[in-house]
Amino acid sequence: MSIQQSIDPAVKAPTMSGAEMVLKALVDQGVDVVFGYPGGAVLPIYDALFQQNHIRHILVRHEQGAVHAAEGYARSTGKVGVVLVTSGPGATNAVTGLTDALMDSIPIVCLTGQVATHLIGNDAFQECDTTGITRPCTKHNWLVKDVDRLARTIHEAFYIARSGRPGPVLVDLPKDIQVAQGTYEGPQNIVHKTYRPRTKGDGDKIAAAAELMAKAKKPIFYTGGGVINSGPRASELLRTLAHATGFPVTSTLMGLGAFPASDKQWLGMLGMHGTWEANHAMHDCDVMVNIGARFDDRITGRLNAFSPNSTKIHIDIDPSSINKTVRVDLGIVGDVASVLEDLLAAWKAGGYSANRGALDSWWQQIDQWRARDSLHYAPSSTIIKPQYAIQRLYELTKDRETFITTEVGQHQMWAAQFYRFDQPNHWMTSGGLGTMGYGLPAAIGVQLGHPEKLVVDIAGEASILMNIQELGTAAQFRLPVKVFILNNEYMGMVRQWQELQFGGRYSQSYSESLPDFVKLAEAFGCVGLRATKVSELDDVIREMISIDRPVMVDVAVDKSENCFPMVPSGAAHNEMILAGHSDGDPQPQVSDEGKAMV
Amino acid sequence: MDSVQRHTIAVMVDNEAGVLARVIGLFSGRGYNIESLTVAEVNDAAHLSRITLVTSGTAMVIEQIKAQLGRLVPIHKVSDLTLEGPHVARELALIKVAGVGEKRVESLRIADIFRARVVDSTISSFVFEMTGSTEKIEAFIALMKPLGLVDVSRTGLVAIGRGPDPL
Repeated sequence: MSIQQSIDPAVKAPTMSGAEMVLKALVDQGVDVVFGYPGGAVLPIYDALFQQNHIRHILVRHEQGAVHAAEGYARSTGKVGVVLVTSGPGATNAVTGLTDALMDSIPIVCLTGQVATHLIGNDAFQECDTTGITRPCTKHNWLVKDVDRLARTIHEAFYIARSGRPGPVLVDLPKDIQVAQGTYEGPQNIVHKTYRPRTKGDGDKIAAAAELMAKAKKPIFYTGGGVINSGPRASELLRTLAHATGFPVTSTLMGLGAFPASDKQWLGMLGMHGTWEANHAMHDCDVMVNIGARFDDRITGRLNAFSPNSTKIHIDIDPSSINKTVRVDLGIVGDVASVLEDLLAAWKAGGYSANRGALDSWWQQIDQWRARDSLHYAPSSTIIKPQYAIQRLYELTKDRETFITTEVGQHQMWAAQFYRFDQPNHWMTSGGLGTMGYGLPAAIGVQLGHPEKLVVDIAGEASILMNIQELGTAAQFRLPVKVFILNNEYMGMVRQWQELQFGGRYSQSYSESLPDFVKLAEAFGCVGLRATKVSELDDVIREMISIDRPVMVDVAVDKSENCFPMVPSGAAHNEMILAGHSDGDPQPQVSDEGKAMV
Repeated sequence: MDSVQRHTIAVMVDNEAGVLARVIGLFSGRGYNIESLTVAEVNDAAHLSRITLVTSGTAMVIEQIKAQLGRLVPIHKVSDLTLEGPHVARELALIKVAGVGEKRVESLRIADIFRARVVDSTISSFVFEMTGSTEKIEAFIALMKPLGLVDVSRTGLVAIGRGPDPL
């Protein structure tokens, strides 16, 4: 083949092995770090990796960790995260991470090894139908059967992962393709045949949105992860638009940081564990402007009671998000930054201004809701309240640039409520899929993207055990991530639901036989710290920050604390349970119908 | 509440490996109905296949189905023929009827009325071929039941817009 090419003057493209092409394609895509785990079906790629110096490989301890690390890297840097794993179990272990990235719209390119083409379908060793298994959990996937298509496929994969609504893609690479010689095609001039995401919003609809906003008496901006995914410019434009209009702003879990928590127009997070003021404002508003959020069931509560009297505007890059669960009056398909730019221009061009008088009384109403202080919890001087631990973590880290990741459960919601984010891309949490075990590998990915910054995984003692092996990765690569465990010896959110909905029958939710987390950290070559008293907490946090190595902190917190406010499943989004019950208001109850909901 | 309606949707796709699995997986994964689905390559130079789907749902669900189909990467175009105006829709069926005597004669007589063609015959059976609307084929099958219907094979619906314009 190479002889033929050398005598054919028409062929100028370089010839190389499939494995070398993979590395070259990654370099040409600007990749500097790959998260992976070797195995039989990717040995040629690992051999090519060994012989180059452009790309750094981070050896994880489990392929799920590789995908979450790539997610953390992608979310904190805005770049595409890259994963390299072997066939069979390597691919199936990646499935949770891919599904997580699909639900949260995170751009990931996952390269999987596959058995040689002639063995596919023969139940060969470490064979699985990778493209079949991952079809529903990727944005798109490919099985490469021709080495001359390999480079092009990888370039297409990057394009599809990062454009439109971002998401994970997978390229399955049979071993014979990795060793075959072929011609390399660069990323230039690769135009996809069919995939053309729309980024610019319809001008007429944007003008109509500006007019609706100007007429609004009780408006609200309901923002989501789409603002973050659209890039830092979108967050700037959101701030400009919010200040130009004076409208209140709330955000989903995924969108925290796009609008500063320190801003006076900020209402806090909305939804199942959102603030009293955010959920009431969403319920009572007359014009709702949804910017890059998707009316998730954690936000809407019972659908037929969701914001019944509002005119709804929805800006989303994905046409299928519009009118999926909630019917909207004005759907604008486009990239958030592009649409907000046009919306601001339309607002100015129309000479619009907010209805001041109406807006003032709307803010008075909001201030009354705020006065409920819905995040209030009973403080304690003897026992560390989990909320207090996060408040102290915030106070002691707010003066430096800090990135926060979380696992999933009560600690995650408390982190969202009590850690205050002023910048986008500084908050990484598993929103859609709710993947326990996300936070530690994600923190590793964040730390690689931001080597000098403080990265803290706010964790629970149950979640952290799901990917605890990644402490080995942190130790090996000297990544000084901090794991801040709120240890209540329960799968706290499961326990909370069992208390509220299942008569306090704590079926299997007690964290029995926990390890000694301090010794565990030390066993991995990390530093272990512990705080059991309120008086120890600040010193332990300071010590954690000061150590330039991976640190795991075990904070013994109140075992029975619940996360409030809470919209019980099946309830309307303005029917919230608050902490305390002291004011005599009737608390919403969980209906039988609600018990069937997640 | 929105009423459930039946829609015929034409989808142009790249004829690549797994594309049909993507479409079918989308329907099963999201709980949409497929009443019929046909697929064949219609442009071999461009490797394009055309899928004709018959599905049912409320207006909101039909809108979702089209948006979700549009999200699949190898899809060129999604057209709702039911909404886009008049179209011709046809199915082809092969229907085997076994019997002797008066019933056999009666099945042939009815086939003639329906313009079904005999494409196979033994002294005790016929295979009829007919094209037509789903309703017409179902009516014919119902009439064949008491006359010795033993086997049916149907293509499912294919459809195309009326008038000079392409999809």
